[in-house]
Parts: sequence; C-alpha cells; structure tokens
Amino acid sequence: MSTEANVLFDAPGPRARRRHLVIAVVGSLGILALLYLVISALAAKGQFTADKWSPFLDPVTWTSYLLPGLRATLVAAFFSVILAIVCGILLGMGRLSEAAPVRWACGVFVEFFRAVPVLMMMLFAYYVFLFGLQISGEALPLLGVIAGLTFYNSSVIAELIRSGVGSLPKGQREAGLAIGLTPFAALRLVLLPQAVTIMLPSIVSQLVVILKDSALGFLILYPELVRSGQTLASLEGNIIPTFIVIAAIFIIINYLLTRLAHYLERRLQARRRGPRMPEAPLVSPEMAPGAALTAPGQA
Amino acid sequence: MLNGLSELFAEYDVMAAFWMTIKLAAAAAAGALLIGTIIAIMRVSPVRVFRSFGTTYVTVIRNTPLTLIVFFCAFGFYITLQYRIGAQDSPIDVQNFRWGVLGLAIYHAAFVAEALRSGINSVPKGQAEAARAIGLDFSQSLSNVVLPQAFRGAIAPLGNVLIALIKNTTVVATIGVAEASYLMKGMIEFRPDLIYAIFVIMATGFVILTLPVGVLFTTLSRRLAVRR
Repeated sequence: MSTEANVLFDAPGPRARRRHLVIAVVGSLGILALLYLVISALAAKGQFTADKWSPFLDPVTWTSYLLPGLRATLVAAFFSVILAIVCGILLGMGRLSEAAPVRWACGVFVEFFRAVPVLMMMLFAYYVFLFGLQISGEALPLLGVIAGLTFYNSSVIAELIRSGVGSLPKGQREAGLAIGLTPFAALRLVLLPQAVTIMLPSIVSQLVVILKDSALGFLILYPELVRSGQTLASLEGNIIPTFIVIAAIFIIINYLLTRLAHYLERRLQARRRGPRMPEAPLVSPEMAPGAALTAPGQA
Repeated sequence: MLNGLSELFAEYDVMAAFWMTIKLAAAAAAGALLIGTIIAIMRVSPVRVFRSFGTTYVTVIRNTPLTLIVFFCAFGFYITLQYRIGAQDSPIDVQNFRWGVLGLAIYHAAFVAEALRSGINSVPKGQAEAARAIGLDFSQSLSNVVLPQAFRGAIAPLGNVLIALIKNTTVVATIGVAEASYLMKGMIEFRPDLIYAIFVIMATGFVILTLPVGVLFTTLSRRLAVRR
C-alpha cells in the first residue's frame, strides 16, 4: 500500500521537480479557486453570517436537537449491529451447513436481502409494524430502522463469515473431524472463531455502513441526527450550516471507526506473520542422511 | 387479492417508477465514473497537492451518509440557494431529478476511485517500471500501460459499486423523486392489506435489476482478466 504511489513515476530529478512544483502551484490554485467559488457563493447568499452559525454556540441547540439526534442514531446503530452480528453468524453457519435444505434456505435469504435496497426494507418493516402488529408511538420508527438495517447487514455479515471460513486452510476442519468432532461442532469450535477474527476488520467497516444507513430512518420519521438537524434548521433557518455540522459529526465518528478497522487489520497481519513457524526444512543440515526420519503424514 | 393487485397496478405505474430508477442509475453511474476516474488519477499522481485532495475527497465523501449528500444538493443548493442545473425554467421534479443524480454521482465517485485504485494496485510493478524504462512519462505510462490493465482488474469492484448505486437510487425518494421505493410507500399507504404482495413485487424488481448486473460483471471480469 505504501509503495503504490511511486510505482508510476521515477524519483523526480531537478527538472521534473520544477515541473511538479509548477503543476502543484497551478493545481492548488485551481482547487483553491473552486473552493473560493463555492464559499463566496455561499457567503453571497448569506450563509456565513453570524446569525446562521450562532445557534451552534447555544447549548440548547446541542442538548435539545443535535445530541438527542446523535443518541437516536447511535441507539439504532447499536441494536442493529448486535442483531446483525448474531443473525449474520447464524445465517453464515446455515450457508455452511451439511443439510442441503438449510443451506439452500439461508442462501436464498442472504441473496434476496443483499439485492433489496435498505430503504425498501425499512419502509416495509415500518408498515408491517404499523398495520400488521398495530405498534404505534415512539417505538415504531425505531423498530422499523432496526429491522431494515438488520435484514440487510445480517446478510452481508453472513457472506463475510462464509468467505472467512472459506479462506481458512482445509486442514483446520479436517483436524476437527479427525479428533471426533461432528461437522457442526468443528464449524462452531474450530472454524467460526478463526473466521470471525479474520473478518473482524470488515465487520468494523460494516459498522460505518450501518451508521450511515441509519440516516435513512429520516423517511420513516425516526428522529435521528439528520431529521433532528432538519427540525433545528427549519426553526433557525440555517439549513446549510446545520448540514455542515451534521456531516462533520458523521465524518469524525466514521473516520475513527475506519481507523480502528485498519488498526485491527494491521494487528491481525502482524499476528499471522509472527507466531507461525517458518517453513522448516524436513531434513536439517545437522542430521546425517539416513537418520531415522519420519516426515509428517508418512508415519 | 388478485382484484386488489390489478386495481393497484391501474392506480400506480410500477414500470414508470422502475424506469425512473434505471434513468437515475444510468446518469449517476456515468457521472460517478467520470468524477471517480479523475479522483483516482489524482490519488496516484506525482504531485502531492493532487494526492492529498484525492484522499480528502474519498475520506470526506465515504464517511458522510448518502442521505445527507442528497439533502445538501436538493435542500441546500436547490431550495435554499436557488441554484438550478440546466434550463432555468425546468419544473421542480426535473430539478430534483438532476440534483439527485448529482448527489448520487458525487457519493459513488469516492467508491469508484477506490475501486480503480485497487485496480491500479493490482497491476504488477514491473509493468509501470517497463513503461518508464522505455521512456514513457507519467501520463503516457498511466494512459497506455497502467490504466487499461487497471480498469480490467477493477471490473469486479466496479460492478459492486454499480449494484450498490442501483440500490442507493432509492435514497432520492427522500427528496421526492418518484422512483421505485417512493412508489412503494404510496402503494402501501393506499392498500395496507396488500403490503406483503407489494413488497415482494417491488423487491423482486430490484433483484431483476441487480442480478444481471452481477452476472455480467462477474463474466466480464473473468473474460477480461489480464493473464499473468
């Protein structure tokens, strides 16, 4: 990853450095001009006046709009993550099951819900809870958001689990079976823990997706960050500053999660490199030829 | 139930809604490919300013919810700032469509750029080194040697981006573009008793849209793979 940037060009010499400097100056001027255009357009429409931004210095803005909104977003994301991981592991195990009908049913479920937009599932779940189960009040939109996110993300996590198990060496399962585990026990005790560990970075990245998708709850009136921000903006008449603040909140949280995923990935790679024994030659030089050697697997 | 369904289909034009979804997806895909390619080139360019601009774009856009980006375009630029795309006198729904496409393109461009970058990374170092050795400069080696291979290597991830884009067109329902999920909402509110049938029909529509794309891109990526 770190070397990818300098594959395409030589270490620049003096002339190339001068040329790059010129391009860099022109390029940054271009980018700055673009930024200036956007900012001056916003300023011309009065988006940077103090009264558009002063609401964010008022603690009430935070305590009664943004923080409750953020809380609602995090609550929906939290329950969806837990449910999606549990259901995802079960579905993933189902797809790897010995019993063909189970495998088939889980496969259809996963493929179907991966192909359907999250927003549609959210709308569907919302109206099923409303009309079918007669749920109403505050719990209704929350349940809709959680159900929609869970359906989709458990399917994604099931696929992650399946590819994680697929990436394990075959010997892991065979060793499990050899010591007398049933196929299911081998999956549960030997393969699954390793697959979850391998896929941990991807699962953390999926958290970012869940957090972003929770904003779709807007359409079913869930008071998450974007909706509560819009309520605030219609009160204060500062929709653009509010969207900028909300975007910043999302970007910070998701950026930290992405960094966590990268950190986990690097740690896992280091661990995989670390303790594994280097491929030892079968016959070490000290041993005389003909010494009683039994290669593993021949005994 | 069958009576109800035929009544429902007479009332709501499902085909028109899915046609809107297809139009949104096609226009946004073209835009995303254009912006994404520019960003990807910036990310591998020798000039540091471009590299950091590309990285910033991807980091910012990838971590922002699509809903928020679409709102920014529709409520921010269109409603509040009164910017219009194209003809000044075009009606509101046309403007909403265009701003929705722009939002979708901006968002998915970040993912296109990442897909292309992974494609560029999959091109062996020796290719770029050979290109440099015969005297090609950055733009020549990029356009003649590396990018053609990178696009081939990026086909599978680009296919995933396209599938995600098709599904994400539903997000513009939040700004009132009459695509499939917007229609589904109306249909369910009109006939709550048929909710399961409505969901299965609309969801199947998306399966029909995305399944061939997945198959096509898998075949393409296998057929066009550079043999190494």
